[in-house]
Amino acid sequence: MSGWRVWGQHGPWRAKLREGYERTLVFLQCCCFLDVFSNHVMQVHQCLGPSMLPTFNVSGDILLMELFSAKFERIKPGDVVMAHSPINPKLMVCKRVMGLEGDHVKVIPTSGRGLYKQIVVPKGHVWLQGDNTHVSRDSRDYGPIPYALIQGRVFFRIWPPKGFGPVERHEP
Amino acid sequence: MGATGIAWLFAKRVLTGTVVGLAIADEFASVAGMHGHSMQPTLNPAGESLLGFLSGDFLLLDKISGHNYHFSRGDIVVFRSPLEPREWMVKRLIALQGDWVTVPGRRDIVHIPRGHCWVEGDNVNVSLDSKSFGPIPLALLKAKATHVIWPPNRMSHLESKLPEGRVLLEKV
Repeated sequence: MSGWRVWGQHGPWRAKLREGYERTLVFLQCCCFLDVFSNHVMQVHQCLGPSMLPTFNVSGDILLMELFSAKFERIKPGDVVMAHSPINPKLMVCKRVMGLEGDHVKVIPTSGRGLYKQIVVPKGHVWLQGDNTHVSRDSRDYGPIPYALIQGRVFFRIWPPKGFGPVERHEP
Repeated sequence: MGATGIAWLFAKRVLTGTVVGLAIADEFASVAGMHGHSMQPTLNPAGESLLGFLSGDFLLLDKISGHNYHFSRGDIVVFRSPLEPREWMVKRLIALQGDWVTVPGRRDIVHIPRGHCWVEGDNVNVSLDSKSFGPIPLALLKAKATHVIWPPNRMSHLESKLPEGRVLLEKV
């Protein structure tokens, strides 16, 4: 009856199976915890491209983004945010909020030449603009975007080491 | 084990359960109650009673198709309102980027810009949808409603169907 002993209460296999099961459970719990953390609390992102010069470098600074401000509508004009691009839903853009709904925004022409325009941001929308107004593709191309596209507020830069520190809000 | 030990163990269990539940609801599937007349006769055919949203249909939401924006024309989709960031809406997805749509009661046809889509309620007369706010960014879409799961007598699979002759598909 050796087969019985393998599955018996004190068999070595039983203990190993139990250990494996418990480890898997802990691993799955960790995955769930990380998932919830990144969906509701904070995310790490890289901001590539020249549109946020001189605030962020072209080479891709690594930034921390918190999700509470966007969720509880605490975003203010001047905050740096990350949002889903209205042109490509899989792409995230990093821009500065120039105005919330009802605000008057002075729009600098994309080309750098021509006249300033004044627009009013429509209900439920925000006006995003890159700090580098010459290169950035932003609300000046695709218009105001729905507030709900904002994912979170960028509040800290962790890379490069020279720029380590909080990301400031600049009142437009 | 003392009373504090048991309380601690209980709190830990509750926390773990919440985190696992949230992760599943975010990544795979969740349930949402809806109210309003805009999707009649498909959803909420009886309309509102004194019970408020408890009297409405409860929908099973497929979150997996929301991650990659795998939606097809005719699906019932759940998205964040472009006008009220805190509000969620349930409508039928009519057209995707590049399509041309005819609008009831209007002579012109609308071209859907890149990264956008056209959503409409099944109840054409009361629905607040793309007919009033235009095409919306696809990134606002978060889930697909696949089944009605409550009340029990209405339990059913939700078919994907497209109104005929309204949409001119983009050439592939």
